[in-house]
Amino acid sequence: MVDFARLWDVLVVGGGNAALSAAITAAQAGASVIIAEHAPKAMRGGNSRHTRNLRALHPKPTDVLTESYLEEEYWDDLLRVTGGRTDEGLARMCIRASEHAPGFLRDCGVVFQPSLSGTLSLSRTNAFFLGGGKALVNALYRTAEKLGITILYDTEVQHIAIEDGFAREAIVSWRGFPERIRCKAIIASAGGFQANREWLREYWGDAADNFQIRGTPYAQGRVLKDMLANGVQEVGDATQFHAVANDARAPMEDGGLAMRLDCVPFSIVVNKDVERFYDEGEDVWPKRYAIWGRLIAQQRDQRAFAITDSQALHNYLPSVFPPMKADSIGELAGLLGLDAAKLEGVVAEYNAAVQPGTFHGNKLDDCRTEGLAIPKSHWARRIDQPPFYGHPLAPGITFTFLGVKVNERARVMMADGKPSGNIFASGEIMAGNILGQGYLAGFGMTIGTVFGRIAGEEASKLVRN
Amino acid sequence: MSETEATIEVRRQMEICNACRYCEGYCAVFPAMTLRREFTTGDLTHLANLCHSCKGCYHACQYAPPHPFGINVPETFATIRAESYAEYAWPAPMGRVFERNGTLVTLAAFLSVTLVLLLTMALQDPAILYTAQTGTGAFFRVIPYWLMVGLASLSFGYALFAMGMGAVRYWRGTAPGAGQKPITVAPVAEAALDILTLRNLGGGGHGCNDLDDSFAQTRRWFHHAMFYGFMLCFAATTTGAFYHHFMGWKSPHAFLSLPVQLGSWGGALLCLGTAGLLWVKTVTDPGPVAKRLLGGEYAMLALLFLIGATGLLLLVIRHTGAMGVMLAIHLGLVLAFFLVMPYSKMVHGVYRGLALLRNAQEKRA
Ligand SMILES: Cc1cc2nc3c(=O)[nH]c(=O)nc-3n(C[C@H](O)[C@H](O)[C@H](O)COP(=O)(O)OP(=O)(O)OC[C@H]3O[C@@H](n4cnc5c(N)ncnc54)[C@H](O)[C@@H]3O)c2cc1C
Ligand code: SF4
Ligand code: SF4
Repeated sequence: MVDFARLWDVLVVGGGNAALSAAITAAQAGASVIIAEHAPKAMRGGNSRHTRNLRALHPKPTDVLTESYLEEEYWDDLLRVTGGRTDEGLARMCIRASEHAPGFLRDCGVVFQPSLSGTLSLSRTNAFFLGGGKALVNALYRTAEKLGITILYDTEVQHIAIEDGFAREAIVSWRGFPERIRCKAIIASAGGFQANREWLREYWGDAADNFQIRGTPYAQGRVLKDMLANGVQEVGDATQFHAVANDARAPMEDGGLAMRLDCVPFSIVVNKDVERFYDEGEDVWPKRYAIWGRLIAQQRDQRAFAITDSQALHNYLPSVFPPMKADSIGELAGLLGLDAAKLEGVVAEYNAAVQPGTFHGNKLDDCRTEGLAIPKSHWARRIDQPPFYGHPLAPGITFTFLGVKVNERARVMMADGKPSGNIFASGEIMAGNILGQGYLAGFGMTIGTVFGRIAGEEASKLVRN
Repeated sequence: MSETEATIEVRRQMEICNACRYCEGYCAVFPAMTLRREFTTGDLTHLANLCHSCKGCYHACQYAPPHPFGINVPETFATIRAESYAEYAWPAPMGRVFERNGTLVTLAAFLSVTLVLLLTMALQDPAILYTAQTGTGAFFRVIPYWLMVGLASLSFGYALFAMGMGAVRYWRGTAPGAGQKPITVAPVAEAALDILTLRNLGGGGHGCNDLDDSFAQTRRWFHHAMFYGFMLCFAATTTGAFYHHFMGWKSPHAFLSLPVQLGSWGGALLCLGTAGLLWVKTVTDPGPVAKRLLGGEYAMLALLFLIGATGLLLLVIRHTGAMGVMLAIHLGLVLAFFLVMPYSKMVHGVYRGLALLRNAQEKRA
């Protein structure tokens, strides 16, 4: 039985990577720690259970990372995706600390894949978890249990009572029963609000109903909203989120990574009105995949269709749901519910614009179009080798960027500009400090681990005083 | 192999895995999977037999139940493996006995022990069974030499032949679309090394999910103990036969003689390994386990344990009046083992070996 009368040193809200990194660090420093995770045990771990790797600085090759990846290059990469919308101080601090993130996770029992493998060719910048995020989450929970951390599943934190920047207790729903947890410090690691359609609707209207939530349905943003309403300073753009092109047939929630389609660079993409709307061959895919979710979210009914032929089929990963397949473009249009004549026209116009070039599947090549209003700058090959394939696309939302403002000690900033007395935050709930827009593959787990460790350390220091 | 509910289900799962690939670092199955886009039943059978049930991909799976995708690769692979044992069994009608394998193995053990006891009593003066026999040829005074050798070589020969036929049928049935490639030395050597070191059972060093989502080497060590225990027992029998035929040295041999030493260490390891594996089976997380197959697996492990245990007991009491009965029981169990071998979990060794060979070939293609 849980002792709800007890005064805990640290309450950690959430049960993903950021929460567990914080809880483990605090417990290792001697604090008594309780974790409140909204999900039941089988679905624990939030978005973190769907992840695959983390981005880490390293001056020389390690057993899991090739070559080297230094601060300036890391920072440049971040600058490029965020277009400068980032807090340089926090970002550089996080980048530097990322060097020690894999080691910390390894000490917690996480196993990494040797650097040779990896389908995304990211093994220079990103360390891959053996078995992926769920295996990571399992290892972290196991370590937490060994450290004697109390873990409450099925427990939603509904309200944090804040007075003068100080939190004394949290109101929770524990397996459906109302309870309160008293504590000396709180670490909020409850993720974003991407699974809260009503909230998304405030910015996106009805379109939000067609967004697929790639990760956990428990990311309702309840703690975030509660904190913002109770004097915590907001950061980031509420309308911004990370989104990819998902298979339109994916489940609306928790579909995970396997639902994303990476056929876009090898296809042409049209919307329901059979119009192309963006350069499919703009840049190498891992760098550009994150813009497509947003692009599709802006189309009618949040739908798009990637059209390829048998020549392109083996250039991209197989999809969970088989593509529509037909012997002619007209027939394919029928299967996809598109205007056949129009699609034939678009494909013919595209084919006519394709210039001769040498195709290279995984780097920028010289296959491009000429004369189209919306060009295809790379990997442009004629779509003329039946059978033809069509993948229906929908936006898959990964996480939202609105969050709570923190300082470099992971302490939450109050609206009056002062740091909170005992509230800390780590992970997606504060990622907006660094990610004003855009996303760098593997950076979510880095932010969670780095700030989780800082929050855990600071919280335990605080309660020991 | 023919299309069944299980092959349809595992094809669905492989299509999801092939788009996900998070488990690519766990075992040979996933790299082999990525070589394919479409999965024939032969492909699925090959992949299933390449899986050694480490359960890593279950505990790591973001789509494991209660997720609506319900991915449980180890469980469905185990089902496909069992179906492939049945499908390729020789003679074909015997495939059906895989359905109630636990019952079959238990029944066979019981019947052959009874048979050997009855035969002994019918052929020999029953008193011999209860009086201490010592000196050269003591065992054969209880069970005549011709009977022992006759039963053993007939049943073992049959087992080898039936399993060989199964192996040929399996190899043809799991041929990839392009057909068979000639077998060359390098892949054979690699597969042999894989088999002898049981390399894959260790998860590449970090261990397998033997009991739950933590990594351990428990199952690997018990399996090793069983495997090498079995091999030592086999070696003991072979050296015993060699002594008998070529050196003229008749059993029972001295305690420090080669056959007795091989046999005792082998028996002890066999008991340890099978008992350990039985224990692992009872305490492991039931999620990724194909419950329907457990009966046959328990029965086979128990039979091997009893063979080891009766062998050891025989050594302990061989100078007493209990030797006769113990010898009959021990040989009865061995006879049962040989008889059911082609129709039991034991065939997994053959098919897994071939899957490793095919995998070693594919890697070189
Ligand atoms: C499909 C997919 C793939 C991804 N791949 C990668 C990748 O490879 N690398 C990478 O770096 N990032 C990846 N990301 C992003 C990454 O998942 C996140 O950045 C990271 O997991 C954030 O960790 P977190 O702990 O902050 O949030 P989460 O892991 O989402 O954890 C939030 C936790 O809070 C709990 N919670 C929410 N509200 C409450 C409440 N009111 N009370 C109690 N608990 C609550 C949730 O149940 C959950 O356990 C991916 C995301 C998705 C969806
Ligand atoms: S078992 Fe699950 S996590 Fe592993 S590859 Fe298959 S779908 Fe992905
Ligand atoms: S259970 Fe282990 S051996 Fe079998 S497929 Fe999964 S990871 Fe591979």
